[in-house]
Amino acid sequence: MGGRITFTVNGALTEIEASGDTPLLYALRNDLGLKGTRFGCGSGQCGACFVLIDGHAAPACDTPLWSVSGKKITTVEGLGPKGDLHPLQHAFLAEQAAQCAYCTSGILISAAALLEKTPKPTESQVRAALDRNLCRCGSHNRMVRAVMRAAGQGA
Amino acid sequence: MNAVTDAKLKRPGSLEKNPRLSQWLRVHRDGTVSVYTGKVEIGQGILTALAQIAAEELGLAPERIRMVAADTALSPDEGVTSGSLSIQDSGAALRRACAHARALLLERAAAGLNASIADLRVADGVVQVAGRKTSFWECGGDALFDCEVDDTVTAGLPRDYRVVGQPVPRIDLPDKIAGRPRYLQDMALPGMLFGRVVRPPYGFARLAALDDSPVKAMPGVAAVVREGSFVGVLAEREETAIAAQGALRKAAEWEAGAPLPQDIHAWLKSHASDHKVISEKTDPAAKSRSTSTFEASYAKPYLSHASIGPSSAVAQFQGDKLVVWSQSQGIFNLRRDIALALGMREKDVVVRHAEGAGCYGHNGADDVALDAALLARRSGGRPVQLQWMRDDEFAWAPCGPAMALTLRAGLDSQGNIMDWQHELWSNGHSGRPGRSDTPALVAAWHLARPFERSASINMPLPAGAADRNAIPLYDFPNQRIVNHYVREMPVRTSALRSLGAYANVFAIESFMDELALAARVDPVAYRLRHLKDPRARAVIEAVARRAKWEEWKEAEGRGHGIGFAKYKNLGAYCAVVAEVEVEDEVRVKRLLIAVDVGLVVNPNGVANQIEGGAIQSTSWTLKEQVRLDERGITSLGWEDYPILKFSEVPAVEVELIDRPELPSVGAGEGAQGPTAAAIANAVAHALGVRVRELPLTSERIIAAIERQ
Repeated sequence: MGGRITFTVNGALTEIEASGDTPLLYALRNDLGLKGTRFGCGSGQCGACFVLIDGHAAPACDTPLWSVSGKKITTVEGLGPKGDLHPLQHAFLAEQAAQCAYCTSGILISAAALLEKTPKPTESQVRAALDRNLCRCGSHNRMVRAVMRAAGQGA
Repeated sequence: MNAVTDAKLKRPGSLEKNPRLSQWLRVHRDGTVSVYTGKVEIGQGILTALAQIAAEELGLAPERIRMVAADTALSPDEGVTSGSLSIQDSGAALRRACAHARALLLERAAAGLNASIADLRVADGVVQVAGRKTSFWECGGDALFDCEVDDTVTAGLPRDYRVVGQPVPRIDLPDKIAGRPRYLQDMALPGMLFGRVVRPPYGFARLAALDDSPVKAMPGVAAVVREGSFVGVLAEREETAIAAQGALRKAAEWEAGAPLPQDIHAWLKSHASDHKVISEKTDPAAKSRSTSTFEASYAKPYLSHASIGPSSAVAQFQGDKLVVWSQSQGIFNLRRDIALALGMREKDVVVRHAEGAGCYGHNGADDVALDAALLARRSGGRPVQLQWMRDDEFAWAPCGPAMALTLRAGLDSQGNIMDWQHELWSNGHSGRPGRSDTPALVAAWHLARPFERSASINMPLPAGAADRNAIPLYDFPNQRIVNHYVREMPVRTSALRSLGAYANVFAIESFMDELALAARVDPVAYRLRHLKDPRARAVIEAVARRAKWEEWKEAEGRGHGIGFAKYKNLGAYCAVVAEVEVEDEVRVKRLLIAVDVGLVVNPNGVANQIEGGAIQSTSWTLKEQVRLDERGITSLGWEDYPILKFSEVPAVEVELIDRPELPSVGAGEGAQGPTAAAIANAVAHALGVRVRELPLTSERIIAAIERQ
């Protein structure tokens, strides 16, 4: 049942007392108070709960705690440098790239993973990278423009 | 009664029901102004637009305005945030209230400075005259606003606007994009328990048996709550509540419900219905000039809201009083139905709005609030947070109703439409709380003494519901429009963005193209030939220009199409041109949109709403349908209910036709119908084959080609 799991969250070494089967999502939201990672489907199909695990965008909703032991997790709250937003977040605000914004955290995470690997993506690379994230309000094109802007590619 | 007297008696927007100035705003010593509205933020940016209106009339920087989230204990009752009416209802009221408030503040400032109002210099709330100085913050105290709003005080003129009409950034987005807690789902109260509910897998089955003892014994489970067929669980940790929900689902045995019809459109057309002729025009001479007649039937499936974040609520009993935090569109109506379901007095229930994931109509937000309240009755006073799981949302949120439509027309020898008939069959489009004798909340129907489930209804014309936009804006000498209201609901239905307008406009505008083809006239020219309304003509002409309609190059597998409507025949004018490519499936490459919403309060906000609505409508039109077997809804996850993905989203261009001298109307729903029609017409243009049943999937397209 219970146990201690140690991992790094947004640069800070973190220890959580919980069952290893606990989905990472609930440890982040309810134990660590990091509410920016959001529940959408519980099966990794919508992207609302994406976090970076050792730099890869992955769903926190079906990632058990035991599997992240010793790993580096970055949530939307930790994307930017301390005390500031990530350039992607500034670009999303500049483009007003959201309506309800519930999906935005996961999309920022996917976009950050993309820019880490491909700093100057084409628009179709951005769309392909965001295909694992769903948006229902129809803010897609604004978000794509925002990612291009953050990459110094547009607007 | 003539129009002038009528206008005098009726106060603007929501002032009619909320006439006290103190209901709308309060000025604080710290240089801020709290503005109260009964309308709620559901991702559409309404709080920003209302703050702009308040700032404009008060003559203040928009940063000074604090929009207060709607609360049944504090806010004006403005009914439901629906129908693209918030700018008309709340905006019009705030405009008047703030104009009156400014006049009162200036009066008091003038008295305090011993000067006349005309001599005052006023800038951002600071008032000066001959070296003497005061401010709104010093003058706004006491009972200054404890009076009725005087709506004869002159409000600002559009030509002088500095804040209204500007693309002011959304006030809620900085928190949401930074990931700071702001959603209802993010609330964390001391001692909070997590709840989940267990519903029958299909339909409205009753609970037959449930051995809940293994779940009660699970570590961390605080309680299993059972009231008749309502089953829920409370746990210390959220993942424990979810695991317990899973175990209870396995253990519960349910009685089978009544089987559902499989061909819903045939069922709607053949089932008992009340029919009503909603519009009729007769001109026998014109009718006799018809030389050819046409008929076509169209269909729209049940649609799901499919918000990315499932519905949630927080509830807590504080002694005998209940506080509910909800993402409902209608907190006052929800309060009434919760009180009814729990046998409480309305005054003992407070409902506070908190922002949730995107809301496109009557989803599960109200239902989950009663779920949370029922669990909170057994939590020993601890607050309860409950978010539905993805499958709860797909199974239990009301669906947008399936609709069947048949249109007929008679053309003269020049192809002019002499006769137009439109019949539609649908369940009701509103099953919202607050409007029936019994609570319109799922859990109330499952209690030990269950409340009766009432049928969803249709609101009357001119706005209408199933028949919204069924009356064409075109000028036909003969027309007959019939609404068949089917009361019995195989699937729970209620309001989804644009209600019946989506299907009616899809059918009308598809049929217009079919007739234009028969008449061998260009679809844009054919529409203009039958349309007098100058604002309607202007959006069609603007979008045709933007799309370079006349320069279109024919190519294998490519097509373009147009769709138009004036939303509700009362609101936004919107024309859309879609450009598509069809191979194995339809790809919408580009949407060009022209829209006229009267005076534009926030151009970025209007563009965002129109663009978002068009993309959502593209998703409905190409992909979406709720799947059913004879026991109930089977599309319970994203794999069974796919929506448009980033790589499938078309480019969208929006052109706003600003009309500063005309009243503002809402933008939220105007694009739904025209987009669907434009895409369907573009597909027909690309293929030479008409698909009349939504969504326009490859199976439907192949079937249409084979039928030809």
